[in-house]
Amino acid sequence: MANPENTQAASDNKLMAWIDKRLPVTALWNNVMTGYYAPKNFNFWYYLGSLALLVLAIQILSGIFLTMHYKPDAELAFASVEYIMRDVEWGWLVRYMHSTGASFFFVVIYLHMFRALLYGSHREPRELVWILGMLIYVALMAEAFMGYVLPWGQMSYWGAQVIINLFGAIPGIGEPLTEWIRGDYFISDATLNRFFALHVIALPLAILGLVMVHLVALRENGSNNPDGIEIKANKDENGIPKDGIPFHPYYTVKDIFGVGMFLMIFAFVIFFWPEAGGLFLEHDNFVPADPLVTPEHIKPVWYFTPYYAILKAVPDKLMGVILMGISVLILFFVPWLDRSPAKSIRYKGAWYKIMLGLFVIAFLRLGMLGMAEGTPAQTIEMRVWTFVYFAFFILMYFISPRAKTKPLPERVTH
Amino acid sequence: MKLKSFVVLLSLAAIITATAPTFAAGGGELEHANVNVRDTAAAQRGAQLFVNYCMACHGASYMRYGRLAADLDLSEDTVMKNLVFGDAKIGDTMKTAMQPDDAVKWLGKVPPDLSVIARSRGVDWLYTYMTTFYQDASGGWNNKVLPNASMPHVMWQLQGIQKPVYVTDEAGIETVDELVLHRAGLETPEEYEETVRDLVTFLAYLSEPAQLQRKSIGIWVLLFLAFFTMIAYLLKVEYWRDVH
Repeated sequence: MANPENTQAASDNKLMAWIDKRLPVTALWNNVMTGYYAPKNFNFWYYLGSLALLVLAIQILSGIFLTMHYKPDAELAFASVEYIMRDVEWGWLVRYMHSTGASFFFVVIYLHMFRALLYGSHREPRELVWILGMLIYVALMAEAFMGYVLPWGQMSYWGAQVIINLFGAIPGIGEPLTEWIRGDYFISDATLNRFFALHVIALPLAILGLVMVHLVALRENGSNNPDGIEIKANKDENGIPKDGIPFHPYYTVKDIFGVGMFLMIFAFVIFFWPEAGGLFLEHDNFVPADPLVTPEHIKPVWYFTPYYAILKAVPDKLMGVILMGISVLILFFVPWLDRSPAKSIRYKGAWYKIMLGLFVIAFLRLGMLGMAEGTPAQTIEMRVWTFVYFAFFILMYFISPRAKTKPLPERVTH
Repeated sequence: MKLKSFVVLLSLAAIITATAPTFAAGGGELEHANVNVRDTAAAQRGAQLFVNYCMACHGASYMRYGRLAADLDLSEDTVMKNLVFGDAKIGDTMKTAMQPDDAVKWLGKVPPDLSVIARSRGVDWLYTYMTTFYQDASGGWNNKVLPNASMPHVMWQLQGIQKPVYVTDEAGIETVDELVLHRAGLETPEEYEETVRDLVTFLAYLSEPAQLQRKSIGIWVLLFLAFFTMIAYLLKVEYWRDVH
């Protein structure tokens, strides 16, 4: 589409020629793979997009096999998971792939988002790529939350209870809204059934659709790169960016190597550390859900705890819910909050390095504090880091247009 | 240089983790169980103990006798003769004989199923729990890690009877400081610790039978992936020769 030459389907293979006449497979391949020129200076951070796609595929495939044996019934759900772990051939492997995959999805997505903050990948003209990515992230949070309810352990039950009750803080419609979500006056079989439906059909469809649009939007302008300059500003006589290389084969072979590295870590966790010390599979979730027994310490899974800490940092429930909502919403506006003439951290100046460093510490610390039991000292610390979290975005808006930047290079560096 | 930013991030994360306050789970100090699930002999003895002492009240209703036989190197015949009471078949799960209604009548509540107890409580907790039963002032059974447990000390004949030594803190709250053996049991304290270790070894196995296969398969998977990644790396280098 972008490059008319690439849409010419010229296949010597008879079968391909037959197909191309009816379905433009070769043209599409040329357009998005061999004829798509990506910056040649991608580093470690640029593996994460393809890895996110890989984890999505792992989750869908392992999920399909889990649904063959899982029973979305409050009486049977917990036992059916143990049935998968014990009686289903390779069931334990499929289940660990799925449970480890959920956590790795967030690891990969958080690093992928961090990459955008490092190199300004969200900046003009890629704002929609970022916003679509944020929508994927929000859908993924809903997907993960509902998936976590399905094993029907104590943390599934009470975690869902706490999170659904957050909607109850909304004035006026809060209570009816929580009932509408649960489909009952309390978390029950009805809740489990609808969460199963949403987890298995609705949200995966939404995520797949959003991922497709995210990629279409990305291909429209091409990837950003660690220098944050546009490679299309420097083209040769054929109209090909001088610093661009065909995505296939260069980045496909590079990504295969990335996949290998990733799978080694992934397989290590699956085979040797599937509970991840209670982070990926929480100890309390091996106790069947019991509406009559509240666990001593209810906490969400690790990937939600930074936001949970922001919620707990605020004494008022409604204000806490609002602040937690803003902490996710504010990310949507990053493309317009960052007004620096330079996109990449390499040319923005020291202020951004310090601020981004503090932001990372704040996010990790909030994550740790969100799992903690919540002593008064921890509550104070949560407030400090919540302040740092928001200060990052607000200060960025004011400092970025004023701070002195380093001169941008003409061409990408190594 | 490419990985510089990543290294910076990693060191940041390391600093944060190092300065982390301890988020202890509470529940008092636990003894270390030091179990090894691959110790099949210990797991076999543990299975015998489990069947004799635990299954009157607790079930392991996700565990099949046949699987136990295969994993613990026991013949199905041995299992049927020594571990199966009542009319259960080799393919059945290890259900308790106690009816839930009777349990409520006799004990006040239904004893939990123990299939995955080692995953929720942890082996150290189980080991400490089974070694710290004591007879309190009322003459009834109590426990140091689970105060006022509704479970009686089923292995008291082996361990004997322990009595508590209390300490009182400034606030005037009395807690159990240590337990002393008041009446010797059939086993010496050392023997009893080994017995409990065997039982906990079995419970650890019981909580995830697949863990025995998981690790041995995992090594081959990692070896394959290391080989695959190496080939992928060489392929990448070959292709990228004309970029640099």
